[in-house]
Amino acid sequence: MNAPVPGLAPTTYIGQDTPRANARRLLAGRGQYVDDLRLPRELHAAFVRSPHAHARITRLDLSPARKSRGVFWCGTGADVARAVSPWVATLTHFKGMKSAPQYAVAVDRATWQGEAVAVIVAQTRAQAEDAAQLVEVEYEPLPAVTDMETALDAATPVIHPDLGDNLAFTRGVDTGGVADVFAAAHLVVEDTFRFGRHTGVCLEPRAITADYNPSENQLTVYLANQAPHMMRDIFAKHLDIPEANVRVIARDVGGSFGIKVHVYPDEMAIVGVAKLLGRPIRYSADRLESMSTDIHAREHRVRAKMGVDRDGRITAIEIDDLTGIGPYSVYPRTSAVEGNQVVNLTGAAYDFRHYVANLRVVFQNKTPTCQYRAVGHPIAMAVAEGLVDHAAQKLGIDPAEFRRRNLIADDNYPYTSASGMKFEALSHHACLDKLLALMDYPALRAEQKALRARGIHRGIGLAALIEVTNPSAAFYGVGGARISSQDGCTLRLEPTGWVTAQTGVTEQGQGTEAMIAQVVASAVGIPVEHVRVITGDTDTGPYGGGTWASRGAGIGGEAALLAGRELKANILALAGVILNRDAAGLDLRRAQIVDAATGEPVLPLAEAARIGQYRPDTLPREFQPQLSVTRQFGQRDWPFVFTNGIQASYVEVDPDTGFVKLLKHWMVEDCGTIINPLLVDEQLRGGIAQGIGAALWEEVLYDADGNLKNGTLADYLVPMAAEMPDMVLGHVETPTRSSELGAKGAGEAGTAGAPGAVMNAINDALLPFNARVTEMPFTPERLLRALGKIA
Amino acid sequence: MNQLINVTLKVNGTEVSRPVEPRTHLIDFLRNELALTGSHAGCEHGVCGACTVLVDGEIVRGCLTLACQLDGADVVTVEGLTESGAIADLQTAFHLRNALQCGYCTPGMLVAATAILGQQPPATREEIREHLSGNYCRCTGYEAIVDAIEETAKARAAGRALAQEGA
Repeated sequence: MNAPVPGLAPTTYIGQDTPRANARRLLAGRGQYVDDLRLPRELHAAFVRSPHAHARITRLDLSPARKSRGVFWCGTGADVARAVSPWVATLTHFKGMKSAPQYAVAVDRATWQGEAVAVIVAQTRAQAEDAAQLVEVEYEPLPAVTDMETALDAATPVIHPDLGDNLAFTRGVDTGGVADVFAAAHLVVEDTFRFGRHTGVCLEPRAITADYNPSENQLTVYLANQAPHMMRDIFAKHLDIPEANVRVIARDVGGSFGIKVHVYPDEMAIVGVAKLLGRPIRYSADRLESMSTDIHAREHRVRAKMGVDRDGRITAIEIDDLTGIGPYSVYPRTSAVEGNQVVNLTGAAYDFRHYVANLRVVFQNKTPTCQYRAVGHPIAMAVAEGLVDHAAQKLGIDPAEFRRRNLIADDNYPYTSASGMKFEALSHHACLDKLLALMDYPALRAEQKALRARGIHRGIGLAALIEVTNPSAAFYGVGGARISSQDGCTLRLEPTGWVTAQTGVTEQGQGTEAMIAQVVASAVGIPVEHVRVITGDTDTGPYGGGTWASRGAGIGGEAALLAGRELKANILALAGVILNRDAAGLDLRRAQIVDAATGEPVLPLAEAARIGQYRPDTLPREFQPQLSVTRQFGQRDWPFVFTNGIQASYVEVDPDTGFVKLLKHWMVEDCGTIINPLLVDEQLRGGIAQGIGAALWEEVLYDADGNLKNGTLADYLVPMAAEMPDMVLGHVETPTRSSELGAKGAGEAGTAGAPGAVMNAINDALLPFNARVTEMPFTPERLLRALGKIA
Repeated sequence: MNQLINVTLKVNGTEVSRPVEPRTHLIDFLRNELALTGSHAGCEHGVCGACTVLVDGEIVRGCLTLACQLDGADVVTVEGLTESGAIADLQTAFHLRNALQCGYCTPGMLVAATAILGQQPPATREEIREHLSGNYCRCTGYEAIVDAIEETAKARAAGRALAQEGA
């Protein structure tokens, strides 16, 4: 005993697999999702929803519902509009963009199947649903605009006559002289790619409890959401309540993926009804409501061509993207971003200078679309990667070799793409090399060839990718949207020497709280177990943007790092005063104040904290310890900090049935500094699974009249355990210099690249049949049609 | 519809009696009547598995089972399995492997997994994947879940083998 304490070395949790502290309660069934909450005097809401894609409401009689058991209140669109003002979702930097005013509950006219036309409030959910069935609504069906290909035709009805046409937004890019470059090309490949409209399918449906207290004009909203401060601003504006009186709380969120970052009319209605009634109102979407009212995404048709020279170098790309977004642009991020991303990102992993892109975003009478995980990326990547494999095949060049010739060189940064995207530093070639090594690419090709000779048709598909992360205000702020691109972190030194951290970035299971704890613990010099992280409450903690565009680690993590360094400096200043030593000679390691040179502990942090909190009387009059700090960070060096990566898919196609079996999936990516490899890998795997879903199964189907045909999980297919392959992951780390931490985002790269990789793998398998598929999802029917086995 | 039926059943070892509407599903009964909110309603079609609980030792879907069918039944939820320590090893394996993200599917995954953890020889990855084919997870891509269950199944099988040697 009393053995000399060895000097403590500085420790860091950056780069360590640290399990998430908050996962324990989820594993015990003690999560606190919105629908788990019970408030005194709460009432339950249910909606009457339009069975028509487009119809005028000619009569709406609530009186039978009002007499139903347990019913407390019923309202129409006009009733709810007394509390909630309508909105128009445009961004000023999208020149010429237009949309129509949207109400929380439809007034006079429904514009998609599933739009709410009345709201019922009752003692229980079942009673509200019973009463909803009694509401008498008469509709005059109007022609539904469903096919985006004809949405702009003169003969097609205009959904919002005041707008003049069904065009929400259009944008063109032309670098000049592109036609000449195509004319001079050794080879031009052309394809038309179609992407099935799909949706996020969070396992936790959208859920809200709104509690309005008229005596204080105070609104508290418990919401499954990614951006509490954005919602607070919107509730304040559209309910005419001072923003300071609005509190948004997002506790545990059961998956979001971009679904829970938008303004939903039914959620606005719940908040409005809470204000009208002065009682807590609960609502949780059921699965059919989720399928018909959660935002959809990705209904795109892209005509694309690529010019290539004799050496297999890309000389030009041209795309024409048509996308249908439903009847309204979604508030406040707008529904033009996805198409805009397709224009920005197509081919942007490659070194070429000539580019033409045209985008048309059109209205239709289907569920509104908006930003869903990897916004636009899966489309842009699949288009470019499909063209690349097509060109490589025509030239007889191995797809990996074709990419090696065309990916932007690793020493060619900073680089500005033909579409104008600015890249700080990417590592396409390092990632390609690592991927091919992980796959043992030559051996896999040999295996493929040998099996093909035996009538087993396997395919290998590659897909390079880039991902938008750590956005500046360029995404939304410049367009007038009140969505913060900065985030903050507040740290409080507790008298025990532990630290409480509050952050504006939110937790949906990706591990935000664990990530923040690791950064804070490393920066302050304490065990990670001594950091408690609080997220998702606008009444506490600093203002910030929340979680979207893969910004949590890069923006929120940097704020935590800066705050941690500041708190450490304050602690060392306090220790210096207590010890009567120069603080510059001290350090904080593993909760001990140490001599910086030797690592010898000189004062426990808990003792310094105790003195700082309880005995400032023992400190000199002129020294005031500062034991709480806030630091904020907004990334301002680049519009976006891009990441890169590459994926590979290995599939087996049964040419008799058209079934695709996923055998294996690989991915190497570069998200800069990796804070927690365990969490990064899970982001990649989960993202890949979502991308695979888009490639093989997921599509929201409508008939020509705009009727949703697959509104249950028995009909809409999602990736399940039995179909999913094991995934092999690798990393390259190129930290961004736009922050001290160097972390970029990792949340969307998996989804960005997987559809293209799977498509290329299928087409590689189909090569001997001279068949090719470019319409997702790649159902057995579509494969058999491509194979000429069915008409 | 409004006629109530009295049911008496055991939930996590405790006897409970309630009058229930005939249409009340087990998942709503557990969540709304007993405030056992660990089990979740996901798809309401028996497809996603978020509402999976044990009834008389068998895994069932809480959204396809009516509460009024369960007079005399023995129901165990994730809360019960947690408090008894019956799946502590599985929960630790999930935690260390990060076999959950948002956690909404997790109670159903854990309960579903109990049915194959006792298998001898331990379930293979393919068998685990097949067994979980009625449990939807949007976050993880399933691999970590399969890893955690495989590891626990192997450890339990090895533990039993050791116990038998010792006997």
